[in-house]
Formats: sequence, C-alpha cells, structure tokens
Amino acid sequence: MEKNEKVLEIRHLSKDYGKGAILKDVSLDIHKGEVVVIIGPSGCGKSTLLRCMNGLESIQGGEILLDGNVITSGKTNWSLVRQKIGMVFQSYDLFPHLTVMDNILLGPLKVQKRDKKEVEKEALTLLKRVGLGEKTKAYPRELSGGQKQRVAIVRALIMHPEIMLFDEVTAALDPEMVREVLDVMLELARAGSTMAIVTHEMQFAEAVADRIVFIDGGEILETGTPEEFFKMPKTERARKFLDTFKF
Amino acid sequence: MQDLGIKVLFMGSNFERLLDGLWVTIHISILSVLLSILLGILLGIVMTSKNIVVKAVTRVYLEFVRIMPQLVLLFIVYFGVTKTFGLHLNGETSALIVFTIWGTAEMGDLVRSAIISIPKHQRESGLAIGLNSSQIYRYIIIPQTLIRLIPPAINLTTRMIKTTSLIVLIGVVEVLKVGQQIIEANRYTVPNATLWIYGTIFFLYFFTCWPISLLAKFLEKKWKVN
Amino acid sequence: MDFEFILKHIPMYTEAAILTIKLGVMGILLSIIVGILCVLIQYYKVPIIRRIVSVYIELSRNTPLLVQLFFLYFGLPKMGIKISSEACAVIGLTFLGGSYMAESFRSGLESVDKIQTESALSLGLTKAKAMRYVILPQALSTSIPAICANVIFLIKETSVFSAVALADLMFVAKDLIGLYYKTDEALLMLVISYLIILLPASIFASYLERRLRYAGFGN
Repeated sequence: MEKNEKVLEIRHLSKDYGKGAILKDVSLDIHKGEVVVIIGPSGCGKSTLLRCMNGLESIQGGEILLDGNVITSGKTNWSLVRQKIGMVFQSYDLFPHLTVMDNILLGPLKVQKRDKKEVEKEALTLLKRVGLGEKTKAYPRELSGGQKQRVAIVRALIMHPEIMLFDEVTAALDPEMVREVLDVMLELARAGSTMAIVTHEMQFAEAVADRIVFIDGGEILETGTPEEFFKMPKTERARKFLDTFKF
Repeated sequence: MQDLGIKVLFMGSNFERLLDGLWVTIHISILSVLLSILLGILLGIVMTSKNIVVKAVTRVYLEFVRIMPQLVLLFIVYFGVTKTFGLHLNGETSALIVFTIWGTAEMGDLVRSAIISIPKHQRESGLAIGLNSSQIYRYIIIPQTLIRLIPPAINLTTRMIKTTSLIVLIGVVEVLKVGQQIIEANRYTVPNATLWIYGTIFFLYFFTCWPISLLAKFLEKKWKVN
Repeated sequence: MDFEFILKHIPMYTEAAILTIKLGVMGILLSIIVGILCVLIQYYKVPIIRRIVSVYIELSRNTPLLVQLFFLYFGLPKMGIKISSEACAVIGLTFLGGSYMAESFRSGLESVDKIQTESALSLGLTKAKAMRYVILPQALSTSIPAICANVIFLIKETSVFSAVALADLMFVAKDLIGLYYKTDEALLMLVISYLIILLPASIFASYLERRLRYAGFGN
C-alpha cells in the first residue's frame, strides 16, 4: 500500500469550551489507505478530535488540511468537504421518517445530484455487502441497533468519501451486535479505505489499526503500531489505561 | 309517550335546521383552526428564540390564554371590547378572535415542543452527508416536525369544535340555539322534544369529533418514532 | 374603573367562586374514582363491561360539556329523571372528567414495564399485591402531570355551569354587566377570580411535574 499521500493533516489543533482546554496542540497526519485508531479514557477529547475533523466543532487554534487544502479557514465550503469525509456516530442517527433506502439516497441525490437509478443500484450492492439486502424498504424503528449502524455506514460510504470517521459506533450496541458492525469495518479496512476510528474495543483496535493514537487529557501521548502500543506502551498513563481492560 | 318525541326531528325541516346550526359551529372552528395553525407556526418558531424579552412576552401570553376558561375570554372580547372600544363585535366575530388567540397559543406551544424535541444528532448527521442548512430543514427537520405536529394539531381541531359549543352563551345562533328554538316551537305538541333534540345534538357533536379523533390516533400510531 | 362598585360586589364573587370550587372539587374527585374504575376494568379486560367503558370514553371525549349538561338538565327530566342544578353539574363534570382521568391512568399503567409485574410475582407477591405495591405507585407517578392537567382543564370547564341555572362566576359577571352595565369592573373581577383559583393549581402542577422529573422515578 502506498502510504505517503496525506489525506488529512491536523496541525497544532487546540480547542476549548471556555472552561479549560479539551484539545491541546494536537498534530496528526492520516495517509491514504491508513487506518488510525484513536483510543483513550472517557472524556479525553478523542471524540471531540473526530468531530473537529468534520467541522462539527469550532476550533480555537491550529488548522486542518484535506488533500493539502486548509479546511478550517472560515471560508470553507463544509458541504463540499463533508462529502469527502464520511462520518458515523455513536447514537445510530438514521432519519426516522425515511426508509433505509431513502436514508441512503438523501445525500447522493440532494447533495451530489447523482442519477437515481445508478445510486439505487450502488446502494443495493453496498447493503448486500453489509448483509442487509432485504431491508431497503424497512424503517429505522424496525431495525436492530447493529443493523442501524450498518445502514449508517452504507449511508456514509455511498458518498464515496476519501476518509471515513467512526465515533464509538459500537458503544451503544448490545454486545452480540458489536461483532457484525466491527466485521463490516474490518472488511472496509482490508479493502484499503482510509479510516479514523474512535473505539473502546481494544481487540478490534489491535486487529484493524495500522497506527494507534493514544490521547489523554487532550494531548496525544503516544502513537505507534498496534504491536508496539499494546505489547510495550511507552508511557505510564497508557499502561494504566490498558490495565483497566485486564482482569 | 316517550317514543313520540322522535317525530319532532322529522317535522318540517327541523333536522336540516339543526345541521345548519352545526355548520355554524364547524365553520367557525375550521376558520379558527386554519388561522391558529398559520399564526401558531410563526409563534412556535419565535418561541424557540433565545431572546429573554421575546421569551417572557410569549410566555405570559401563552400562560394567560391557557389558564383562562375559554368562556371568560369570550366574555372579555364580546362584552369588554365592545364597551371599551365602542366597536360592536357580533358573537361570530368575537368567537373567531377568541378561538384564534387561544388556538395560536396552543399551536405555538405544540410547534415549539416539536422543534426542540428533534435530537441535535439529526442535524449533525445531515451535516455529515454534506447537506446545507436549508436542505437540512427541508429534508430532515421539517418532515420530522410535521410528523410530531400533525396528530396533536388534529386533536386541537376536535377541541376547537367542542369549545365552539360555548358560542351559544354569547348569543350566536348555532346548533344548540336552533335546538332551543325547535323545542320552544313544539312545546305543547311534542313535550318530549327536549330529550330528542338534545340527544340528537349530543350525537351530532360526537359523529363530528369522533372520526377526527380516530384519525389523530391512527396517525399517532403510524408515525410513532421510537 | 369604579372601585367602590368592585368592593361592594366582592362578596358576590366570593360566594360564586366557592360554589365553583365546591362543585369542581366534587366533580374532580368523582372523575378520579370513575377514571380508576374504568382503567382497572380495561386493564383486567373484564368482558362486556370493558366494551361499555370504551364506548363511554369515546362518547365523553368527543362531545362538549355544555351539550352533555343540556342533555342531563333539560333532556333527562322528560324521562322522569329529575335532578337539581348542582347534581347535574357534578354528574356532567364527572361524565366528562372520568374519561380524561381514565386515559391518563391508562398511559401511566402502560408505561410500567412488564418485567415489574413479573419480578413482583417472582418475589411471591399476589397479583393484587403486585398491583397495589409495585405497579400502581409507579403508574401514578407517571400519570401525575396528566392528572394535574386534567384537574385544571376540569376547573376551567366549570365555567359553563351558568348554563344550567347555577350562580357561578360567569353567571355573576353576566348579571352585573346586564344590570349595571359595569362591564370592565365585572370582567376584571371575573378574570381575577379565575386567576385566584387556577394560578395556584397551575403552579402546584408544574412544581409537582418538575419534582417527579428530577426524582427520576424508576429508571
């Protein structure tokens, strides 16, 4: 895999809500085809970092570049940028008044103005790929949590994003449904998608990541390959964090 | 004889007269509902404002109108406005004004709570697939607001129709008044008319409101968001 | 504004307000009883009576109180059932309020998870005891905001009592307007009287609702 081309660059990003910093001088590059998994204790700022990448949070310092262009300058056409950055949230946020198919079609038809027939065909292919080929006409309320998340992934994928952001997508799921969603993500990773993932599933992180980024207190404390990070973490705080997952 | 009373309904054009009277009620209700929906949507949007003055003013309006019995409001407009401003308002106009003021308050509150009940994630998911603000309103916020709004708005219609029965007390000739007239006219020939006429009016109201209530219940179930 | 006139007629309003409150409270209490009976009949699916209860609820919710009162007060005597104005007002208010109370109790009962009954039974409680100690308290606390709203609604509805020859607040106001043409004064006192009755009720209701919400009853 060629991994020299940078898709997303974060330079000296800082963010605060007024009472104390959430993110302090965070710098991170994500290369084409790379899977970066961001982990850290609750409230460490990892979700905020992901939301900043998609312009859902304002930032107070630093900049973010997509394909070499600054997207945090204030003149950004976020609609255009967000088509290139797909995002899936923790709470399954399908639009409850639309069927599965209409949820998926909304972006391609209304934002990208693509041909309906072509998009429908692609949607069906993608739905089959995540095992939901039968559910095109179902409403979100008729789906399980895991099914909803898989639809949400398809809804993001169909925009042909250059990078996908996953914000704790399995955190609200029942344990037996976590697997089906992680499997879809694992398959995407194998197919060469560029992804930034925030998760609490350590085994999954180890399996899927090209690089682990450990954040605590709003700072990146460690980055490294999964082997390095999980076998011999360099910092005390990372070691403590990993210990909480052991019995 | 009990069973003779029913004939009063079919004497002359009595039944049609009752229906005409009912129409006066329904007519005023429909006009008030339409005006209330229009003004209520505006009020509801205004009420989501963060401006303290706007909030306070709309709040006082809402609370006063909702706490007062509608009959008191009718008296205020029908007797009070006439005297204070020297304007002569007839019963129908007073009723239309009062029910619109009241309906706007109820509708405004419904619209406000429908808007704020949509989770902010919905907006963010829209943003995440590249929709702009007006597209998010058009495809996500407005359809979901409508789904939450339509059943209670339909219920408001039945409440409006039921409340409109009060206009007989400010002298409007509607179904109850027509009923009284029929009873008066037949006082000696059909002494049981009262039972039959008021019974009929009871069921006229029922068969007007019941289907509307059923529709609201049906839509509520159908659109139930989990 | 003629304050002397106002002062002079305060006793009339007080008397009328007391009548309103008296009949209102009686009607509301009876409504609660009727509502509980109805909802228990529906909850335990008592055959036949259950159908009658549903018919009653639909009839009551889809007709105006004024029409119900006219039927009771003017219509029933023709069938040989003669009742006083007061009785008529209370019966009418109960007929209307019973269904509203029943609906509120029902949604409260439905909000209690089935697992609650099951775990109560698994502790060895009888069905009746499970209802009494586990289900009802939870159902009631969820119903309370709706019940308060019903109480306020029913007090407001008492304003039509003047139509069946009761000297309530509306009656007094109309009387003063008709007799002395003191419209502003009569209306002002009318509004104030209703505010005195309804405002505390409304404030108490929102206080209860807030307390219940923060208490986070159950889950």
